[in-house]
Amino acid sequence: MGRLRIFYASMVGKKVVMGVTGLIGVGFVIMHSLGNLLVFRGPAAINSYSHFLKSTGELLWGLRILLIVAVMFHVIAAVQLTLQSRAARPLAYTKQEHQAATVASRTMRWGGALLLVFIALHVLHFTTGTIRPAGVFSPDDVYANVVTSFRIWWVALFYVAVMVALGLHLFHGAWSSVRSVGVSPPSPQPLHHRISFAIALLVWAAFTAVPIAVAAGIVR
Amino acid sequence: MNLTLHVWRQAGPRAPGKMVVYKAGDISPDMSFLEMLDVVNEGLTLRGEVPIAFDHDCREGICGMCSLMINGIAHGPMKGTATCQLHMRSFKDGDTIYIEPWRAGAFPVIKDLAVDRSALDRIIQAGGFITAATGGAQDANAVLVPKESVDGAMDAAACIGCGACVAACPNASASLFTAAKITHLGLLPQGQPERYRRALEMVDQMDLENFGSCTLHGECQEACPKEISIDTITRMNRDFIRGRLIGTRP
Repeated sequence: MGRLRIFYASMVGKKVVMGVTGLIGVGFVIMHSLGNLLVFRGPAAINSYSHFLKSTGELLWGLRILLIVAVMFHVIAAVQLTLQSRAARPLAYTKQEHQAATVASRTMRWGGALLLVFIALHVLHFTTGTIRPAGVFSPDDVYANVVTSFRIWWVALFYVAVMVALGLHLFHGAWSSVRSVGVSPPSPQPLHHRISFAIALLVWAAFTAVPIAVAAGIVR
Repeated sequence: MNLTLHVWRQAGPRAPGKMVVYKAGDISPDMSFLEMLDVVNEGLTLRGEVPIAFDHDCREGICGMCSLMINGIAHGPMKGTATCQLHMRSFKDGDTIYIEPWRAGAFPVIKDLAVDRSALDRIIQAGGFITAATGGAQDANAVLVPKESVDGAMDAAACIGCGACVAACPNASASLFTAAKITHLGLLPQGQPERYRRALEMVDQMDLENFGSCTLHGECQEACPKEISIDTITRMNRDFIRGRLIGTRP
């Protein structure tokens, strides 16, 4: 434990923790977005997938706990690193022109905060059914929950908007994580950069397709 | 050329600073940026004003002494060069140029545009060396080094320690500087015995100096006058992880 505490005390150690927990998140959103596409195969497909997940019992809870712990460490390390980095430049430049930073890299912090709020709302919306924008919620009928919710235009719009933030966070997060954990080989045109772009694009498209399809009346 | 300069003036480390506007007239496009500042300073001296303090030494891009944030870009708009190699032909007649010092808590202003970069020296002192027996120089090629290692080590060793990476980094992180030194020595056989200890000690010192952390914006490698790659940072992290979690024995 002592060794891990010393490891985490360093900024590089915190970055490694952010990278590892971030990659867990990348794996999760890939699976989640693929699962969502079952909506297009009708109520039976997605509902039986949902029942299958719930039937795994301890395994599901093991994964949930892993994800919760990963998010906690990801957020705590992000807050600590952000505060340290802010303190590292007490006086800002009068003029600073970014040469390489992308929209994705520059929105990691605020985008991350938005995603954290979204995750909380999303769990309350679709997992626990505490928030019911459509007024109804059935724990066994995922398909109905999705369709009734996304028929409300502002719910669909909110999800679509947040998915832009997710796509950006995912792109910069995925490629920088493999660097933070020190596994990417040196290259001026790194492969992990292109893979991250593809993952971000596909996950964004898969997640965005569902609310758009429901709002447009394609899935009903 | 006639230019309008907005220059950071600060009388001393604890004095408050502010941007002051100067007119620079009769500037030749063939002058280097530092020669342009020399001309401005001549004018200030003749008028009885205090000239602008700025760091410089070799003026041929190898010493790492010159700095300056020029129009918001470390070492100015020319890629892969230090401020001393930037020429006024990179600007247009009538341009307004903002000139600021490197800004980081770890780089306190000494005066005007000159900052104290000894934090970088302390990172080197923490581990940026090899412990070798003294004596006569070894024969060349007595220790065989693969070509890829030589190339990688040489690319990283090109670091002149100017601090542009820190200045350009939105987090004021010294990761590129530290990683360049760790990569330079860690790729060579002479650097192997202390490879992991070096990574730990230099990273720890970087933390102690209150630099920020790396978020991989990539601003540092754009600003670096020697175009050192952020690939070195990946290597630094790898050596750090190995050293901290497994141990420092090679």
